[in-house]
Order: sequence, then C-alpha cells, then structure tokens
Amino acid sequence: MIGHNSLFGPVDPAHDAGYDDPPKRKGFFTDTSICIGCKACEVACKEWNDVPEAGFDMLGSSYDNSHSLNADQWRHVTFIEQPGRTGEQERGPRRPVDLGLPTVGPEEVGPEVGSVETGGPEVLLPDDMEGEKPDFRWLMSSDVCKHCTHAACLDVCPTGSLFRTEFGTVVVQDDICNGCGYCVPACPYGVIDRRRGSGDNKSGDNKVVLNEGIAQKCTLCYDRLRADQKPACAQACPTESIQFGDVEELRRRADERVARLHEAGVMDARLYGNDPNDGVGGAGAFFLLLDEPEVYGLPPDPVVSTKDLPKMFNRATAAAVAMLAGAAVSFLGRRR
Amino acid sequence: MAEAHPVGFQWVMEAKARGAKVIHVDPRFTRTSALADTYVPLRVGTDIVFLGGIINYVLENELDFRDYVVAYTNAASIVSDEFRDTEDLDGLFSGFDAQTRTYDPGSWQYAGQEKHTPEDMDHPMKRETASALQHESHGMQVRSEAPRDETLQHPRCVYQILKRHYARYTPEMVAEACGVPVEQFLDVCRAWTSSSGRDRTTALVYSVGWTQHSVGVQYIRTGAILQLLLGNIGRPGGGILALRGHASIQGSTDIPTLFNLLPGYLPMPNVKDHTNLDDWVEAIQHPGAKGFWGEADAYGINLLKAYWGDAATPENDFCFDYLPRISGDHGTYRTVLDMIDGKVKGYFLLGQNPAVGSAHGKAQRLGMANLDWLVVRDLFEIESATFWKDSPEIETGEIVPEECGTEVFLLPAASHVEKEGTFTQTQRMLQWREKALNPVGDRRSELWFFYHLGRLVKERLARSTDDKDRPVQDLAWDYPVSGPLEEPSAEAVLKEINGYEVETGRPLSSYTEMRSDGSTAGGCWIYAGVFADGVNQAARRKPGKDQSWVAPEWGWAWPSNRRILYNRASADPEGRPWSERKAYVWWDEEKGEWTGHDVPDFQKNKPPSYRKPEDSEGVDAIEGDDPFIMQGDGKGALYVPQGLVDGPLPTHYEPVESPFRNPLYGQQANPSRKQYDRDDNPMNPSPPEEHSEVFPFVFTTSRLTEHHTAGGMSRFLEHLSELQPEMFIEVSPALAAERGLEHMGWCHVVTARAAIEGRVMVTDRLKPLKVEGRVVHQVWLPYHWGSGGLVTGDSANDLFGITLDPNVLIQETKAGTCDVLPGRRPRGADLPRLVAEYRRRAGLVGDHHAPIVTVGDHVDVQGGGQPTDDSSERGPGQ
Repeated sequence: MIGHNSLFGPVDPAHDAGYDDPPKRKGFFTDTSICIGCKACEVACKEWNDVPEAGFDMLGSSYDNSHSLNADQWRHVTFIEQPGRTGEQERGPRRPVDLGLPTVGPEEVGPEVGSVETGGPEVLLPDDMEGEKPDFRWLMSSDVCKHCTHAACLDVCPTGSLFRTEFGTVVVQDDICNGCGYCVPACPYGVIDRRRGSGDNKSGDNKVVLNEGIAQKCTLCYDRLRADQKPACAQACPTESIQFGDVEELRRRADERVARLHEAGVMDARLYGNDPNDGVGGAGAFFLLLDEPEVYGLPPDPVVSTKDLPKMFNRATAAAVAMLAGAAVSFLGRRR
Repeated sequence: MAEAHPVGFQWVMEAKARGAKVIHVDPRFTRTSALADTYVPLRVGTDIVFLGGIINYVLENELDFRDYVVAYTNAASIVSDEFRDTEDLDGLFSGFDAQTRTYDPGSWQYAGQEKHTPEDMDHPMKRETASALQHESHGMQVRSEAPRDETLQHPRCVYQILKRHYARYTPEMVAEACGVPVEQFLDVCRAWTSSSGRDRTTALVYSVGWTQHSVGVQYIRTGAILQLLLGNIGRPGGGILALRGHASIQGSTDIPTLFNLLPGYLPMPNVKDHTNLDDWVEAIQHPGAKGFWGEADAYGINLLKAYWGDAATPENDFCFDYLPRISGDHGTYRTVLDMIDGKVKGYFLLGQNPAVGSAHGKAQRLGMANLDWLVVRDLFEIESATFWKDSPEIETGEIVPEECGTEVFLLPAASHVEKEGTFTQTQRMLQWREKALNPVGDRRSELWFFYHLGRLVKERLARSTDDKDRPVQDLAWDYPVSGPLEEPSAEAVLKEINGYEVETGRPLSSYTEMRSDGSTAGGCWIYAGVFADGVNQAARRKPGKDQSWVAPEWGWAWPSNRRILYNRASADPEGRPWSERKAYVWWDEEKGEWTGHDVPDFQKNKPPSYRKPEDSEGVDAIEGDDPFIMQGDGKGALYVPQGLVDGPLPTHYEPVESPFRNPLYGQQANPSRKQYDRDDNPMNPSPPEEHSEVFPFVFTTSRLTEHHTAGGMSRFLEHLSELQPEMFIEVSPALAAERGLEHMGWCHVVTARAAIEGRVMVTDRLKPLKVEGRVVHQVWLPYHWGSGGLVTGDSANDLFGITLDPNVLIQETKAGTCDVLPGRRPRGADLPRLVAEYRRRAGLVGDHHAPIVTVGDHVDVQGGGQPTDDSSERGPGQ
C-alpha cells in the first residue's frame, strides 16, 4: 500500500517519512461539545511559541476577535451564534418550547438622538408574536493545524523547511523556509500562512517582527513533545476539550464520546478528520462537532492537493513520452 | 461560571459528563449558558422572587427533607407573638422606625427572648458599621433556649411563618416578576428538589456579582433557606459556593482588609461600647449563647499578643487600648465621598483600580483628585494612578492636570509569581505559592513594602514621647529578612498567624490550644493549625489519586483542615449517615468518637445523645445533635432573629433603580438600604416616583473571560487585549430595532450619573422579557475598560450611583436603569450637558431625593418626589 501510493490513503506518516522506529503518532482530539470558549489555548500557544499579537480589531463576529488560523494565530476559537433549541443545549431532539418571549422587536424606527422615547412601558406584545422565535445555541470550537497524514504543504515545500517529525506531525523550520509561499495555497484548510511584516499590521508601530515573511503554523509544540510535555494549548485547556495523546488512542476515545452523546440524544454529534480513508488520509488533529463542518468554517470534504500528483506525473510522463516519440517520428520522417 | 471562572468550571463539565444536570439562571446568555442543560433568563434584580418561588414550591408540596429540617434547622422554633411579617405590613417587618429607616429587632426574636437582643449598638449605627458583616462567621447570637414545636404546626413556628411569607411567591408571580415562563420555572423546581434528599444533594454556586445588590445579603440568604430546607448543607455535593472575584478574596476577609473586622472575624471595637477588653470580649461571646464564640477571649487576646508581643500583658488588658476604634461608617464609599469633601488627605491603593472598578467612577476619580497624596502599588500604570491626566473629567474640565494637587506615588508591585505566600480560595483552603522568579527592577512584594514601611515609621517614632505613638513603638515587628532586598520571610508571618506558645515558640496545632492568659500568641485563630507540627501544611501537594476523595493532604482548609463546614449534618441525629451514598462523617459507637472521610466539625467525643446541662453556655451547651456549632441555638437559620439589619426573612424588593413597581408589596425597594443623598450621587427615579420612563431599560454588568475585573492585569497585555479589544454594549435585536442601533456601530448609555459609549453588539444572547404584561429590554455591559492600557474604552461602572446593602455596605452594581442612544456620546462640555438634561427630565433637580419608604403611614415625603413643572409637561415620548 505504502509503496504503491504514499500520497493518499491510510499510512503511518512517520514510518512513511523514513523513521525506523518512531514513537506512536501524536495528535489532538478537540471535543467542541465541551469547549467553553475561554481562549486559554490561543493565549497559551502564543506565550509558549512567541507568536505576536494579531491586531487589536473588534470583528463583531460574536466573541471571536482573532479572525482565523493564520501566521499569528496557531489556535483559533470560533464562536457561532445560531438559532437552535430552547434551553436544552445538548440533550434531546429539538423541541419547540414556548418561552413566552417576543419574536422580533417593534418595527418602529429608533428615536432621534436625545429624544425621550420610552422603550419598555408602551410596547405591548401581540399575543401571536410570542414563542415563535427559535431559541439559541452558542457553539465554540478551537481550530488548529490538522497535521494531515498526507500533508500537501510538506509535499510542495521546495526547501525542505517543512518536515515530518518522528511524532508524525508537520513542522516548519523557520531558519530554512525562504518564504516562497507554495505551501499556502496547497493547504486544503487554509491553515498555513506567511507572517506579514510590521508595515502590514494595523497596529503598525515599527516593531521588529519575528520570522517576517516566513511560513508559520502550529508545530504541535514539537519542542515540548521532545521534552515529554503536552502541547501548551492542551495543557491550558480547563475542560479537556483539547485532548493530546496517541492518535490511535484519541480516535478510540472520540468514537466512544460520539457514541455516548448519541446515546444521550445528541444526534448532531459527529467526528471530523478522524477517518484514515478521507481526503487527507486522516488528520492528526481531529474534532468532535455538533453541526456540519461548514458551520465551523471547515471544508466538508478536504482533499490533499497532491492527491492526484501520481496521476499527474503519469499523465505528464505519458505526454512527454508521446511528445518525444512524436519528435522522434518527425525526425525520422525528415531523414527520409 | 465558565465566563469568569473557567478553571473551576472544568469540574462542572466533569459532573456533567457523569450525568449531572446543569441549570444556569442569568439575565444574559453567557459561555456558561452555552454549556448548561437548561438556561433560564430572568429579569435583573428579581432573584428573591425566583428563589422564593422555589421555596414556596418546596413548602406547598412538602418536599423539604423533613427529618433534617426538624432536627437541624430552626423550623420548629417559635417566634415572638409581637412579630409582624411583610405580608402584614405591605413590605415592612415589625419594628421599623421610619425616621432612621432601621429596625428594632426585638419583635423578631424567639418567643420569650424579646428583651435579649444585644444592645451593644443603636440600630442606625449597626448599618453604619456593617455590623452584619461582623457576623459573617459568628452566626446568630441568640440564646440557646427557644420554645419549639417539632410537629411544625404551631402558627408562630418558623416553618409556618416561612410558609406564609412565601405563599404569594407562586409560579405565576415568578412569571410576572422575573419573566420566566411557568413551565420552565417548574422544571427548575423539579430538578432541584428531585436531586435533594437522603440520597442526593444539590450545590448552589454563585459568583460575587450576586452580592452586589441593595438586597445582596438577602439574595444569599434565600439560597441558604432553600438549601437548608432540602438538606443540602453540611453534606457532600451540597452547599452554597461563593466563587470569588480574585485569588484570595476569601483570605482578605479572613485576614481582613475591611474597616469593621479584625482577623478571624473578630469585630473591630467601637468607640461607644467597647471601652475595655472585657466589654469587647463579652460582646463577642454573647453570654447565654451556645457555641465556640464562648472562647472569644482567647482568640482576641492571642491576636493582641501577636500584635504587641511582650508589651501585651494581663495588667494592661493586653494593649487592647492600642486598637483603633470605629465610630461609624468608614467604608470605601464613605471614604471616597469624604475625599470629595476634603476630609481625607491620603490614600493607599494596592491591587485595586477604583477609577475603573468601583461604582460611580466619576466620584472615585474626583475624590482621588482632591487628596494630598496617593500611593498606588500595581503591576502597571493603571487609571487610578493616571486619572489626573487622562480621566474623562479632563475632557469635561472637571479635573485640570495643572491644578490637581494630588501627589501620586506609583510603586511597581511584584506579581504573584515573584513572591511567596498563600492564597485562600472559596473552600477556605490555603495553598502555598512558591516564588518562581525574583522581582525585576524596583518591583517589590506587599510583604516587603509593609514590613519596611512599618520599620521606617517605627524608626521615625522611636524617640517620640507622645502617648499616641506608643502603639507603633510597642508593635512586635521582628521578622527575619533575607537576600539583598531584605525580603521578609512569608513563612515566619504564616507561623505567627498560626499561633505559638510564647515560652517555647512551639507552633499551635489548633485554636483549642489558644489561652487567654498571654501564654500563647496567634494572629488569626481560625488559621491555627496551618503550621501544626512546625510544618507548612498549606504547602502540601499530595496528588488526589494518592489519597482519599476528600483529599485532606492538598493544602490546608480552615478551620482544622475541615473541607466541609457543619459536616455533623451529614449524619442523622443518631449519628448515622443519612444514606450510604452520601456518607461523610458519622459516630463510631465502639470507639466513642466521630469519624469519617473529613475532619468532623464537632467535638470528637461528644455522642449524639449528649444533652446540655442546666444553665450551660458556650461549647458545653452544644447538644449532640446540634450541627451548626457557631449558631447561638445550634440550628441552621431558616429565619434570622438577629444579626441582619433589613429583616429576618428575604423579601423581594425591586432594585433601587427599576422600571417596575414592586409586584408584591407597597414597599418598593429595600427600606433600610444605605443611601448617600448628595447632589453628586443622584439615583434614577423608580415607581411609584414619576419619570422612571426617562430611563426605560434595565442594565447589568459583568466580566468577560478575556479580561480581569478593572483591567489592570489584562488591558496591559497584548495577548489578552487582542482577544477583546474594545468596549462594547450587548443589546437584543429587538432593542436595536427600537433604538436604531447597528451591529458594530456605536451607541451610548445614559444614566443620571454619566453617559458612556461602546460598540454595539446585537445578539440573540440577550432577550427582551415579558414582565408585568410589558416588554423589558435588558442591556449588558462588560466593565473592563478605562483610559489606560493597550486597548481603551469607557468604563461601565461610571454609570452607577452609590447605593449600598445595609448589612455589609456592598454597592448595587448589578442592576440599574438607563437609556440607550445610537451613535457616539457627546464630547467635552456637551457630555455633562446631556447628563444634566436627562436629570432635568427625570425630575432630579435641586435637593430632590427619591422617597425611600413607599408604604402606608410611613411614606417618607421628605424631598417630595415632586417633579418640576417643566419636566412634568414633557411626557413620555416627546
């Protein structure tokens, strides 16, 4: 299997990369059903890995002001406010509950500044407005580099800066990366990113930017792993929403957790990135989600961009052979 | 809890994983709500209706844990026939004096004890000195004998009084007042009661915002009544857990930073009643009462010995006269107003940022701008050190930097990783903290600062012959120092707090070893044992997996390393566990002692069958089935005959600022609240006063996970500031539509004190509620921002006035009324003009002050509540 096509399908990435006796593959299982959105993972990651602030911009996207995974954001907590079920946050099927609440506010245009329009007192709820509005669900999820089994970023890197570690993770070497940026479009999740310089930053004080122009992303705290420590984010996570460990063991735990949630009636619970037969050969960092991946801003069916590389090579080879043959034929023809 | 205590919340998630049902009651949908099974939104300031409704549900359906209630609470005790309830007096209890707005608790007493109320202070003075706070761990000082009817049928027994008191707190009333639908409310009732009893317990967890109301103490009391009725006190998995706002806030009441307390909840003596040591001790002991306060002389004398060492002798009352005396209200808000009035000249601020964090920010800043000197010790240059150059009052011209006479000394403080010492957390557990790094530059620990400050003051006064300097001259101030900085030893201080034998220096192992003859000294009797056997017990770090589930060898909890207080209640009157599932502490008949998983909170060898001898008091009077050993009658207090200023039972009063009339009583708000009627402290009008419609919306404030309180520890750090970079104001889509607010646009919020601005956050997490037949919009604001730091913004606490709970003088900063307008607030002199215009429309002009008593003959017409002609013409909507 490995010999035939190691760019796709289930493999042990460290073995595949040539390590003789690697430790067990390491990864994250992020259980978003118990994420409380505290962002401790983001802060711990930045503190440990010396990742600079990504700008002081209020985005208005619920409580998310870190935008996305990027060069300055190796962990990113998404907040999704969505109409959901009433009161019951997880359990049971959706059921309409009459909270006697108003559905939408009165349509009147707001008062002019400084006027004394009274808000509450005069506004009476028409009875038919009550209880229509579906109640609300607030999903939180900490996203991170997936450390794919088949990592396109690594495959396309011309300098060898990106490499597969003995733990099966994918790490950038800051001092080798030349900032070519090939890896950026190669990532099916939009994770890896080149760090912009101070001139690009809104906060624009002429601070010296560490690793300016260099590709940056989660290293699964390679330095900590080598010292037998948990990655900083998993260490900081108060609810164990981020679990670190052997991928094999984490997959087992994830399966159990989903089964338990299903038993409890949380039928929306599903795993994302745990399947070794998916488009990236299974992710080293995978997730338990409570809704479709798109809701969390994750691609529903990611495929490693180098998946078709062998086919492309084969076709290119065939084309080259055909061209050579054609050329040869044409020369032969001339001789006559 | 997830929002402000994410680390503690892991245990809620753990419990949930094991099948616990989590209910979250909050005006706003928070991170906690997101993870709860059930979220119950309610109107700000109606918690007593909500919990009172559950009490009513329990009593109506007889769902109380009857055996526990009869044996361990004062449900059976019979109350004086002079007592009149709020049901009888339209929201007042008997004994109300309309002139002083205080109660004479004589009629609240148990039958036959009407004359036994402690007369150590007049009633207004009790409020001035937050005397109820001094009862924090004292319990009621009632006499031990009270007539009882254990059938609970006597019309004047506490059980029946409770039943009548809460009879009108029906599910329909809850729906009406709180905006919580009947069915959802009943769901909560069923969940709570079905998880309580012999086999099950329920925990009530609150964060300290719950206390920040003009009826704050009574909020907690309502929770306590419910937990007692359901048998959830003194038992594993039960209790009322107060999550503190910072590290070691529990510690700062144990070893207090409060004006009216000495270490170990000993009351600060007052000028009038405590002229000598005996008076003071007797006032604490309260002769005739049961319990451990009988030994108050030992606790007090050990403290005096710790303060003044060899100078404290039996002959000089152990230097009792050196103690300062209080003569009235010296609380933080009184002090600030006194600064404005020029009566206070100097101020120390340590780890506190009142310019942002305290109610009525403008008063805080104007007060500090009127000092001679101000010492600020903090990690960063916080607003309370820079108010003279960058407060909002600079723009309005109310503070002129060139003219501000306050000399500010900003001293850099060492952070928690740069010093050693203990933190005491909510479970009363002390945990020792090692120093990880030496402080850089001029940063110093608090210990260093105060030790050397004291040393220098002592040196200055060494040759003084003035008597008033004797307390400083005689102070025992010898702590070992080490290193180039001469850092005092924190362990030496902890040893002194623990207590020791004066002769030998042997550390005491328990407060029961403290003597009143001067042979022992100890700085805080409840901490005695933290250095037992000469070992720093707070530094113990035995992992949970290596010991029992109670984990007694992790840190040290006062008193006597007990993890659950009053745990005698975890066993039935005969000393057997209520159930195997909830076994915790029990009586071992064979050995003749109390035993179990925790340190029993009871005399070890006192059998359940013990009955007190005739005329006994103190510890001897505690019977074998009296688990509440600090209470004067040994019983858990469903009803509080004394100790509280504002009534023996929690009663719903509207917040001082409310758009609604009290649906239950003629009395609108807490009649005995502490209020400072001053022109610079106007309160928005509430019904029955006119013009409440000028401020039609309800607002409340709280924290975001990303910031820490007044921001001194978060707004100056880039990795925290970027997570919540701007002040914002959360409104519902309905309010946004009504007021023309755009998501991520600007709006400003106006009260009679201030107008502040922020970005608009329109979210479904806030919902209008239907209350008393109309819609009420609730607005939520975080209170972290100020003019300093990496990210700046207006301060939410500027919006509040100063109104205090009468028991402990805590401010009402979780409920107010406001108006919300689109766009940014006016700048410069236009800002006070806008606020003044609102005041004029609200009738807050001249010396007008709202009537406080709004019922019956007592109606207080002083100040009148008469609107000005001008504003009365200008009705709502114009």
